[in-house]
Amino acid sequence: MHRFNFVLYRPIQLIPVLIGISIVTFVLIHAIPGDPARLLLGAKATPEAIAAIHGKYGLDRPVAIQYFYFVANLIRGELGLSIIYRAPVLLVVVDRILPTLFLLIYAVMLAVILSVVLGSTAAAYRGRPADQAIRLFSTVGLGLPAFWLGIILMMVLSIGFGWFPVSGYGDDFLDRLHHLFLPAFTVALAMAPVLTRNLRASLIAESTADYVSAAKAKGLPRHVIFFHHIFRNSLIPTINLLGVNVGWLIGGTVVVEAVFSVPGLGSLLVSSIFARDYLVVQAVTLILALGVVATNFLVDIVTVALDPRIQP
Amino acid sequence: MAVLDVADLSVEFATAKGPLRAVDQISFGLAEGEVLGIVGESGSGKTVACRSILRLLPGERASISGKVLFEGRDLLQLAEPSMRELRGSRIGMIFQNPSTHLDPLMTVGRQVAEPLIYHQGLSASEARKKAVELLRLVGIPDPKRNADAFPHQFSGGMRQRAMIAGAVACEPRLLIADEPTTALDVTVQAQILRLLLELRDRTGLAIILITHDLGVVAATCDNVAVMYAGRIMERAAKAELLRRPLHPYTEGLMRSRPTAAGRGRELHTIEGQLPPLGDPPRGCRFHPRCIHAQARCQTGAVALEAASSTHSTACLRWREVMAPA
Amino acid sequence: MSASGIALRRRLGALSPLIYVGGGICLFWAVLALAAPWISPYDPIAQDLAATLQPPNAAHLLGTDNFGRDVLSRIVWGTRLDLQMGVLGVLFPFIIGTTIGALSGYFGGFVDMLLMRLLDVTISFPFFVLIIAIVATLGPGLISFYIALALVGWVSYARLIRSRFIVLKHADFVMAARSLGYRHLRIIFHHILPNAIMPAVVFCVSDAVIDIVLGSSLSYLGLGIQPPTAEWGLMIAESQTFIATAWWIATFPGLAIVLLAVGFSLLADGIAEQLGIRD
Repeated sequence: MHRFNFVLYRPIQLIPVLIGISIVTFVLIHAIPGDPARLLLGAKATPEAIAAIHGKYGLDRPVAIQYFYFVANLIRGELGLSIIYRAPVLLVVVDRILPTLFLLIYAVMLAVILSVVLGSTAAAYRGRPADQAIRLFSTVGLGLPAFWLGIILMMVLSIGFGWFPVSGYGDDFLDRLHHLFLPAFTVALAMAPVLTRNLRASLIAESTADYVSAAKAKGLPRHVIFFHHIFRNSLIPTINLLGVNVGWLIGGTVVVEAVFSVPGLGSLLVSSIFARDYLVVQAVTLILALGVVATNFLVDIVTVALDPRIQP
Repeated sequence: MAVLDVADLSVEFATAKGPLRAVDQISFGLAEGEVLGIVGESGSGKTVACRSILRLLPGERASISGKVLFEGRDLLQLAEPSMRELRGSRIGMIFQNPSTHLDPLMTVGRQVAEPLIYHQGLSASEARKKAVELLRLVGIPDPKRNADAFPHQFSGGMRQRAMIAGAVACEPRLLIADEPTTALDVTVQAQILRLLLELRDRTGLAIILITHDLGVVAATCDNVAVMYAGRIMERAAKAELLRRPLHPYTEGLMRSRPTAAGRGRELHTIEGQLPPLGDPPRGCRFHPRCIHAQARCQTGAVALEAASSTHSTACLRWREVMAPA
Repeated sequence: MSASGIALRRRLGALSPLIYVGGGICLFWAVLALAAPWISPYDPIAQDLAATLQPPNAAHLLGTDNFGRDVLSRIVWGTRLDLQMGVLGVLFPFIIGTTIGALSGYFGGFVDMLLMRLLDVTISFPFFVLIIAIVATLGPGLISFYIALALVGWVSYARLIRSRFIVLKHADFVMAARSLGYRHLRIIFHHILPNAIMPAVVFCVSDAVIDIVLGSSLSYLGLGIQPPTAEWGLMIAESQTFIATAWWIATFPGLAIVLLAVGFSLLADGIAEQLGIRD
């Protein structure tokens, strides 16, 4: 399976991007005005502590050297100490990864179901009222802010009908599914317009393809033609789109976590910004960027698995 | 015994500019084991006619009238589920561009096996075994391994063979071949045509061969129908047609072919263009381009007149203007 | 594919309905923003503690918030900010991105390679997260928002323009211009750019939608416009504590955002359809 060889050498190709990510993250923090040592220590700035920080991060050295201190620390998993949580940043961040991951995967699943149903319906009833309505939803949906959507859903479904809790994460798996439904659904609704539009266009394009004529000439049942042929071919550009949009997915998740008080990376990011806990901000940004890179890699693997024509 | 008997088939499309008759009252038939060539330029209606036999016209804006009798049943009266039963099992179809007519994401073997699974109820593994045999039958090397290959890994000729394998998998009585060799290299063309004739010899398969190439007709067909602007202009046994065409259009077609004998001389062309099918010429549809046209060619319908038992022409003046026997 | 001057004029003959509807909506908001001082029934930050949390009524058409401030007035005045976020927000990325993309696509070579690397890195960050991080560094506010957008948002424009340039630099009219001895910069900006720019302009309009949503999201989180200024996202944030009893404070500003965004979306779709451009 030499088509999958790229899995081995793609990480090496990604190194320049990873370096770039580390540089950007480094610059972000260093652009903050003020003595970095005081920033990192906050109110507890004793002269000894300041000197210690200077030593650890090489703050009295030129910026370029500081960067290498940063990378070296990074590789060792040394992300610093959180001012607010009084704990290593790494631990603070790791603690919050799971809720965000849960939310993301939940949201992707709901988004896929939503766009498959809407996209297929729109394509099947092309030109008719159902299609018009769905296309309208796609256009209007692009301008629907996720945070407002979340609040409206909260108002109607949590407070109004009492079907879902207003906030939080839940205790066990099922409880989490319950707590995170509204946040995930909000993110899914935010992603659905783009995915639906794309899937609809793909389905329409594929259903007029020649191989579909040939399949019809073979007298294959309609559901076979749709699921085995049209749908599989339409899936690939849509999965690609999902990969391209993972950045937006994460952005939506950040906001939604704030709306619903979900204890994930997103709400950590926002609260750390206000608390001036800059090392945490840096760490979260870094992890989310790595998440995007990893997801794109995954999407590439899935695409190669699905499409035999691709020779990476 | 006729496998297919088409009578007064007409296909009309409802367009924004009004009704468009792509096919106007054509009639033809073929018997078991017969290869009928339908010749015409692009836009002559040959593809529309044959797709309407299988009721495979894209879109719902087409109305088909006439009678299409296959094995005693009028296909135009059948409900869609019954048509689906016939397609791919009793009537097969292959297309011009094998590259775009095969699903790029499905193995060739599976695509050949599909009709066996859904028409004959074979299991996937049984169907695959049969598919391998079919691939061998159509001349694909190393069929066991190639059954697991994807279309993009095949050459054009191999793809067409694979498509043929899929079309004849359920041993149909009729095969409609829509310009099967047009997109292929000349050497490969000959191989594919030979394959079709082999299949005919082996199973008595009747073949409708749609083409614009008289050379293909000469090599393979038993009988020929020449179409122009939605109508049949001439119908004859191949040898008769080629030896002595009885319609100016057919004659024009034959003279337009570049031949070795004509090397260095200017190519003959038929002056003019296809008429707009939304507003066709009255009377004989070829008269605007015909050097023999007279007043009476412009009025009234022109039906096929039998010049002999094996030759009919739609030219009013065939006795005067076409070469004597 | 891309419209030259003549083709552009020809095609503007019959405008797509989307342009009318979308343009109409945007015009509505623009007029509202300009006429705010005259249209707004109340001062947007004036508090009236005797009239807090009133549902829509005759005196306050869209109700009041927890400080007794008139919701309608705040929405009208908020238009200035949200509209501005959309329009100004795309301006700097458009200019920066177009310039970089043009130079990179035209000259190619090392500069281009560097640009592509920079592009790869930038798009590895979730857009929203990067904006937030930059705003965090610079301090909350509208200026930080624009700076952050300028630093990050130029990427899409650069990519669009660059790919157009890569194709167009081999065109005949470019060869002709070169053979006439025109300097590179003149060729880039005077000859090629007018032919390359339409996709970027269309993208501008749909990008405005993203910026409006982005800006209001930022204000919602507390990183954008600060209270007591009236801004739609901020209003929604301030309303969250009261949504159980006062649905209007959260609902109307959100509808305003959606309506403004839809205006730009339809306009963008209309222009793209008119010019036959798809991205």
